[in-house]
Amino acid sequence: MTAEEPWVDLLRSLVAPVLGSLVRRYGDLTRCEDAVQEALLDAFRSWSKDGAPEHPLGWLRTVASRRYADQVRADSSRTGRELAAFAALPRDALVEPGPDAEQPHDDSLELLFMCCHPTLTASAQLALTLRAVGGLTTREIAAASHLPEKTVGQRISRAKQRLRDGGARFELPPDPDRGPRLQVVLHVLYLVFNEGYSASNGAELHRPDLTRRAVELVERLHARLPEDGEVAGLLALMLLSESRTAARVDQGGLLVPLAEQDRSRWDQAAIARATTVLTSALSAGRPGPYQVQAAIAAVHAEAPSVEATDWPQVLALYGILERMAPNPFVTLNRAVAVGMVHGPRAGLDLVDELESGALAGHHRLLAVRAHLLERAGDTGAAATAYQEAARLAGSVPEEAFLLERAASL
Amino acid sequence: MPAVKYLMLIHGNEDVWNDLPPSDVAELVDRVNAFNAELEESGELVGVEGLVNRPRSVRRVDGAVVVTDGPYLEAKELVGSYVMVDVDDEQRAMEIARSYPGLHFGGGLEVWPVMRDERSPVDG
Repeated sequence: MTAEEPWVDLLRSLVAPVLGSLVRRYGDLTRCEDAVQEALLDAFRSWSKDGAPEHPLGWLRTVASRRYADQVRADSSRTGRELAAFAALPRDALVEPGPDAEQPHDDSLELLFMCCHPTLTASAQLALTLRAVGGLTTREIAAASHLPEKTVGQRISRAKQRLRDGGARFELPPDPDRGPRLQVVLHVLYLVFNEGYSASNGAELHRPDLTRRAVELVERLHARLPEDGEVAGLLALMLLSESRTAARVDQGGLLVPLAEQDRSRWDQAAIARATTVLTSALSAGRPGPYQVQAAIAAVHAEAPSVEATDWPQVLALYGILERMAPNPFVTLNRAVAVGMVHGPRAGLDLVDELESGALAGHHRLLAVRAHLLERAGDTGAAATAYQEAARLAGSVPEEAFLLERAASL
Repeated sequence: MPAVKYLMLIHGNEDVWNDLPPSDVAELVDRVNAFNAELEESGELVGVEGLVNRPRSVRRVDGAVVVTDGPYLEAKELVGSYVMVDVDDEQRAMEIARSYPGLHFGGGLEVWPVMRDERSPVDG
């Protein structure tokens, strides 16, 4: 993959503001979004030849507005009167003039809520958010998810149709809807963030601009909703996760577990900001799952080494998280912490309990069992367990990691 | 994407297929086309292909690689086609599999989750 031109990141960041301003103007998400996507493709074609324009925001807005007007004119289902009205306008009359210095009202958040509307399926929410808010092209989304472009295009068209048919509104939802809908938005942003981390061997799929975009959006949400502890919690969690980027993957492209990462490569500035945001949120006294997850990540971030980690605090936090949002994966992570505080056998007892539940035969459970057996010194059983986990691994990097673990014993 | 891909191998019984009256075959084809079209419409279809009924089996027998005509599986069971979908969860995959029209005509499906190329949040 060739290095991206310097203007690419800026271009992507303009998609949401431009789309937002078009939708606010014309109200037609379906066509406006198509128009902006086409303008994005125009920008890629034209800027790679001629370089970025002096006013990139104005350029994109102009081209997107023209594309929109062209679509409307071409749409034969419009009434004759509407068509005549459009035909009477000079071609550029719909284009808002103005230099980039004029900051448009930030509609990205309204757009985000729309893309995460509850009427859409999870994969539709993510695909639409990646395109309309993340500024990715359909092809890029398809490549990242190993899907045909056609499938992704169709998924997005269908999603926009559903929004139109369902009468989705371009606004921050009022209470009492806002809370639950904000949760969906946060979840989708978390997925966008993780999309940026889908590092497979060769790092071709590492998208730093996606992680940055997700963080930016959460920062904006945080600025707009400073009282919301979970928004702050997610922001802190993302920053802490991002802080470990340099240490997460070794030269061979294999994932390096937290316990083995070179902590000198952790980004202290990101950790500092995360800590500030999180401390402020926690002091408001309305803890939630993202805040607790961030707190766990913060305990690790503060520790100079794995041995110096405050595992009792990690264990206590997992206990809180489990009560707040019961989830077998959380219990599994707690088992690791139990192992660190009360010894591997205690951790294995908890894993055994989970064996009869939803995680029975799941590779993650098998991997944690293998890890605890290794720590207990039972290398034979650990190697077998790692191999078994590898056999059921859900992804290629995970499988490679587990096999390597087995082989090293 | 957190969505998961599933590969569905569509089995048919050779005898049952051969015994289908032409009108049934025509109806089956129509219904399968509609099934595929619906998946394409919903943005869940990754790929669908028919398989030519001329499989070969390749295996090692007594130290040598032997190629024979005929499927690897039991002779009467053939894999006629496959469908690959990308869906939010196993529940949706099963919903799709259950609705496959070939089931009414003696067919069956094997549904395999496909490995992801990247880690995803669900990996933990």
